[in-house]
Amino acid sequence: MAYVTEQTRAALAAASPGWAGLRRRWLRFAGQLPVVPLAILVPFVLVAVFANAIAPFDPTDPIPGAKIFAPPFWAEGANPTARLGTDFQGRDVLSRLIFGARVSLIVGVMGTVVAGGIGTTLGILAGYLGGWVDQVIMRITDAWLALPALVFAIFLATMVGPSMWNIIVILGAVYWTRYARVIRGEVLSLREREFVKLSEIAGASSARVILRHVLPNVLNSAMVLASLTIGVVIIAEASLSFLGVGVPPPEPAWGSMLADGRSMLMVGDWWLTVFPGLCIMMVVLATQLLGDWLRIRLDPQLRNL
Amino acid sequence: MARFIIRRTLYALVTLLILSLTIFMVIRLTGDPVTLLAEPGAHAEDLDRIRAEWGLDRSWPVQYLTFAKNVFTGDLGKSFNYDMPVSTLYFQRLPNSLELALAATLISFLIGIPAGLISAVKVNSVWDNTGKVIALFGLAVPGFWLGLVMILVFSVWLGWLPTSGQGSWQHLIMPAVALGWYFAASLLRLTRSSMLEVLRSEYIKLARLKGLPGYVVIAVHAFKNALIPVLTLAGVNLVVMINAAVIIEVIFAWPGIGRLLYEGIFQRDFPLVQGVVMEAGIMIVVINLTIDILYAYIDPRIRLTR
Repeated sequence: MAYVTEQTRAALAAASPGWAGLRRRWLRFAGQLPVVPLAILVPFVLVAVFANAIAPFDPTDPIPGAKIFAPPFWAEGANPTARLGTDFQGRDVLSRLIFGARVSLIVGVMGTVVAGGIGTTLGILAGYLGGWVDQVIMRITDAWLALPALVFAIFLATMVGPSMWNIIVILGAVYWTRYARVIRGEVLSLREREFVKLSEIAGASSARVILRHVLPNVLNSAMVLASLTIGVVIIAEASLSFLGVGVPPPEPAWGSMLADGRSMLMVGDWWLTVFPGLCIMMVVLATQLLGDWLRIRLDPQLRNL
Repeated sequence: MARFIIRRTLYALVTLLILSLTIFMVIRLTGDPVTLLAEPGAHAEDLDRIRAEWGLDRSWPVQYLTFAKNVFTGDLGKSFNYDMPVSTLYFQRLPNSLELALAATLISFLIGIPAGLISAVKVNSVWDNTGKVIALFGLAVPGFWLGLVMILVFSVWLGWLPTSGQGSWQHLIMPAVALGWYFAASLLRLTRSSMLEVLRSEYIKLARLKGLPGYVVIAVHAFKNALIPVLTLAGVNLVVMINAAVIIEVIFAWPGIGRLLYEGIFQRDFPLVQGVVMEAGIMIVVINLTIDILYAYIDPRIRLTR
């Protein structure tokens, strides 16, 4: 018995990429980072982190004595201190955009983490355990997929009530299905690989096989999916906030800023609509490009996703 | 074939069962539904009366069975605000949503399919790169923001198109573009990858070896087969567009299903929200089942593998 264990352990060390393999692969392309997406994303992240220091005004209070609907600084009738204009309460649009970046990025990242966590866990359980566990998980996935994600999110947000953390959980609960599907498929083929088989023969528990051998080998796919999910989640948050079931006012979110600006669109107050939308577009564009880059580096099989 | 249909139908029923159970549980886990039904600050006796009236005083399994029975007999409850059955409201709005969704599908075809085709035929050319940029912006630019910007440019500044409402093709064009935008990008990507795959296949090589002109190979032999997955996606997209065009319909004041859902949210009309969501789920499950069965009918391999 000991002999078998000895041999399988050696074979295992040679065959399983494991955590060390994952680390090697990550280090290998750290030297060739994508310039364009990072050039867009890094400033947004810095602005979001240091919003308190950067923003010229309080994002939720009107500028004392300022006119409402003042245009940006280059237009006639501008307020020189409110560089990108003011909104319907005389609040500084620039400061609201800056704090809005924080909301968008937190919801985008955390929503993706929640979705990825739920989906990856369920995908691994379904793929590795198989049988009725697989059946139950995949039927739930199918049912969840039957509803358009946004409609489902609107329904949940209406029932749960608006707050940033509720939105994160809701978007996580809506967008996990794709992870479950993809990861399950990968685990099904991993389960047939030698290093997993050997590890099972050597008597490793299911938990150990999953944590040591399955999880590190599906993390790349999960990362690729995550890079694709972030943009979707950011747009979904903006959509919910636009409809008034997302991040509640007076908290500045890009989606609710668009909703605030909508009524003034008819008289041509374009800055209330154009700036928040441009912010959403740039961030999502950057995450998409980052996702494409990751996909090519990490997993050529996922190129057609 | 019969076995395939039976199995798929059972799956669809299970899906609907889980879906209805999810909706049922969400409503009861996120708070007392009575508070959604009553005026704020209602007396305890009033709450009890409403609870009895809606059957909310019974046990959860009994409540669920009633709910499921109602759903399967087509009774999705009654909207407070309209004082009408939800399914009646849903089917009243359906033609409007269908009109918008068909127009959006047409636009996504006009952009997505030719661009995807050219990208695939001229891989890595300027055309392909233009296609990639379109696909990227299709995903990164939210359709509802595109709609707002179009209103600004074409209605407010240029005065060419009406800002909202329904009636003529001028009313239809902006919401259709805003809604079809995202789907154009996804059709573009699928057309490109599907076309590339077909172009690599043996029978295309044979057609080329026979000496057929390039455009005949592409138009007659390759495109026809590459179109199959594209049309399937378009079918699924159409159903999604009918049910999920919430923001676009709100922005353009389009009297469709999405706007009905929005009205339900704002008037705290929770039977309406629940009913519209359930109806959307049913419609999508039924359409998916139909597509699955049609596929199996056309392609016998599917019957055997699944």
